[in-house]
Amino acid sequence: MRAVITVTGKDKVGIIALASAECAKAGANIIDISQSVLREYFAMIMLVELDGLVGDFKSFADTMSKVGMENGVDIRVMHEDIFNTMHRI
Amino acid sequence: MLNTQDILETIRMIREENLDIRTVTMGISLFDCISDDITRLEEKIYNKITASAKRLVSVCEELEATYGIPIVNKRISVTPISYIGAGLSPDGFVRLAKTLERAASALGVNFIGGFSAHVQKGEIIGAHNLIEAIPEALSVTEHVCSSVNVATTKAGINMDAVRKMGEIIKKTAFITKDRDSIGCAKLVVFANIPEDNPFMAGAVHGIGEPDTVINVGVSGPGVVAAAIKEVGHCDFSALAETVKKIAFKITRVGQLIAAEASQRLGVPYGIVDLSLAPTPAAGDSVAEILENMGLEMAGTHGTTAALALLNDAVKKGGVMATNHVGGLSGAFIPVSEDRGMIAAAEAGVLTIEKLEAMTAVCSVGLDMFAVPGDTSAATISGIIADEISIGVVNNKTTAVRVIPVWGKGVGESAEFGGLLGYAPIMPVKGESCEEFISRGGRIPAPIHSLRN
Repeated sequence: MRAVITVTGKDKVGIIALASAECAKAGANIIDISQSVLREYFAMIMLVELDGLVGDFKSFADTMSKVGMENGVDIRVMHEDIFNTMHRI
Repeated sequence: MLNTQDILETIRMIREENLDIRTVTMGISLFDCISDDITRLEEKIYNKITASAKRLVSVCEELEATYGIPIVNKRISVTPISYIGAGLSPDGFVRLAKTLERAASALGVNFIGGFSAHVQKGEIIGAHNLIEAIPEALSVTEHVCSSVNVATTKAGINMDAVRKMGEIIKKTAFITKDRDSIGCAKLVVFANIPEDNPFMAGAVHGIGEPDTVINVGVSGPGVVAAAIKEVGHCDFSALAETVKKIAFKITRVGQLIAAEASQRLGVPYGIVDLSLAPTPAAGDSVAEILENMGLEMAGTHGTTAALALLNDAVKKGGVMATNHVGGLSGAFIPVSEDRGMIAAAEAGVLTIEKLEAMTAVCSVGLDMFAVPGDTSAATISGIIADEISIGVVNNKTTAVRVIPVWGKGVGESAEFGGLLGYAPIMPVKGESCEEFISRGGRIPAPIHSLRN
């Protein structure tokens, strides 16, 4: 299964390092990564493969969200299908 | 990879514009529970519901976590109880309401609908006794919702039932008077009731449905309001196009959740209800959509046209996004559950008469509005008769969920809490319709040729 991780918030040094370190810890393999600045906000998007995930999806998503909160950014992990269904016919 | 803008749009919709799945509702048939022994009947109903829906809440929570989209309510609808307990006395029906309540509490669902009867042409004994039981049933339960279908386009309007429902609503208001007559917020009177509606208070599991089924109701007024604001001052074609596109996206989420819930629960997928369901939260208002279209306040001149455009575009956008559409499908305009509607009613711009006109072009009907506690039963029946006529003549579903707030009058408001919100009390006309309502019998079904 593949998921999209979005990291949004005020730009800050080390956000990519932070998110990718957490992914490595959880066994989430980063397939693609992009970043942009939208409306003065930093937005990083990672596509990850979760087949080798240590633990379940929910705890991974919760951990990422918690790490985000501790660092003043919003991190969400969502199954890629929600984006596929919404934006592709 | 997916387009960055698309991903961020979805995140914005969820985080800032209150995009959510309003409800995943499991329909459960209770026909196989029928028994002539009430204790056995109660046991079978409890067991059937709790066994069928035992994973409903946990699967919905899994889906929320996986897809990152809130599922606000998990609900159950059952076969209209008037059929299941057809031989029972009113007291027996109250016992069944308590059974439904126990099952709902055990499962942790938000509502259970189906304490219902269909009486468009007349009452079977079960329907008669269930209706008698409604006030008490709604006062001794928290989660049980009740509906009565009093008319269809094919059968006409059962005016005896309309008269009786005026009295039942008054009794329900009285018996729950210590909580602003909240019992009436769980009771709705229908014309052309759908069999697969996932929304409360009118959800029932129709008799033509499979044994169990998953129906999903989507939401997202905030998303539509934001899209209209963003597109700015464009012409009506562009406005309709904007709503269609956003409705497509909203409904696709509903389709995804419906398909996944169905697969994970091993229960057939029924329909997605293409709805815009508001909540009292800021930025989750259908009135705000209308105001973003260019109305100073919902309820002013132009409101019916704006709502007609909105409702039609939501359906056109949504219908391609899902493979089965059903339920009520359209914009909802419950007064107490929509911050913009509350403000418009408080300002006196939104009146019952305007609300009634709006229901002719959108889904459901006169919903969640409060009237003075001393409004007579006949006047309530008159309000019901007017609204039901719109549904019957126009071959659509309409309904009335009115709360005559016991002990309160115009200028005051009623507080229901949670998704039910709060409602300013709206004035009704003082002139009587008692003689009209007391005639009894049925208003014949309308002719469907010679349409004007």
